[in-house]
Amino acid sequence: MKPANFIVLVLTMTLSIAALAQRAPVQEPMIFENPQQEERFKQLTSELRCTVCQNQNLADSDAQLAHDLRAQVHEMLLAGKSDDEIKQFMVDRYGDFVLYRPPVQENTLLLWLAPIVLLLIGVIILRVNIKKRAALLASAPNDESGDGTS
Amino acid sequence: MSSRIVPLLGFLLLVVLLMFGLNIADQKTNLPSPLINKPAPAFDLQVLAKPGERMSKESLLGKPYLVNFWGSWCVTCRAEHPVVTQLAKLDAVYIVGLNFRDETEDAVAWLQKWGDPYDVSLSDFDGRVSIDFGVYAAPETFLVDPAGTIVFKHLGQLTWEIVENEILPRVAKMDANSSNKGTGS
Repeated sequence: MKPANFIVLVLTMTLSIAALAQRAPVQEPMIFENPQQEERFKQLTSELRCTVCQNQNLADSDAQLAHDLRAQVHEMLLAGKSDDEIKQFMVDRYGDFVLYRPPVQENTLLLWLAPIVLLLIGVIILRVNIKKRAALLASAPNDESGDGTS
Repeated sequence: MSSRIVPLLGFLLLVVLLMFGLNIADQKTNLPSPLINKPAPAFDLQVLAKPGERMSKESLLGKPYLVNFWGSWCVTCRAEHPVVTQLAKLDAVYIVGLNFRDETEDAVAWLQKWGDPYDVSLSDFDGRVSIDFGVYAAPETFLVDPAGTIVFKHLGQLTWEIVENEILPRVAKMDANSSNKGTGS
């Protein structure tokens, strides 16, 4: 099999697995005043964690609490509350943990900076290795091609 | 030489991180409550099975009390029940049983069957008050001081160790504070 075909095959397989895993959330019918409101509802419930089933968000969870909290979000939206007000309402009660996207603050600094730091470490290691290799290649007797495809 | 040690160190680091993560996963029920040292949410609820009779946060001010969230649907509440009963016998603190997301008949039957340790039982049919308290599992227990501030919260089954080590000392301190009020704090 050609490598390109193989990649396509693997991608198709993983995509279909992902589709299977994505169970349709059980949603109670909710009435919105306008499509923007519905969009905000979807956005909010996908960003808020269901604290009972901690690896699911409110939109996906079928737990009773998630159901109640969805109703709460819906009600607050209809009452004209802003996204921030709704998130604050949840944080006041359940803590920062309800937010899937943790806020940048003192105790989450490590969480936010770690990827950058790790990337920097990776770059440094890469540079050191490249330099080492270059030095090695320079000191080694040149073969004819020297393009390093081997 | 270092080329062998570095991957090993990296691997060990991963192992440590993994163990740390597993540890955290075990404690995931111990989420810190943002409500500690904050005023308890306001509530005004019907007394269980007594339509017309209500109790609010205001009417409970002036004494420490325990709010125990429970439901007849909650298996752990049944397991916790003997501890609450034992605590009630001490008569050390006023205990509010907060029955939430439950049917009145079921709740009344539950209390009849196992015994009623509560000084008062309140009904939170739609779970609004439980959301205000940030309750996400049952049972959950909150200790509120005479000023209406939450000073302690326990998530999950109450054990006698928690009663003895966490709840009773705090109540004793509040009682001591209120008996020499003149000195202030």
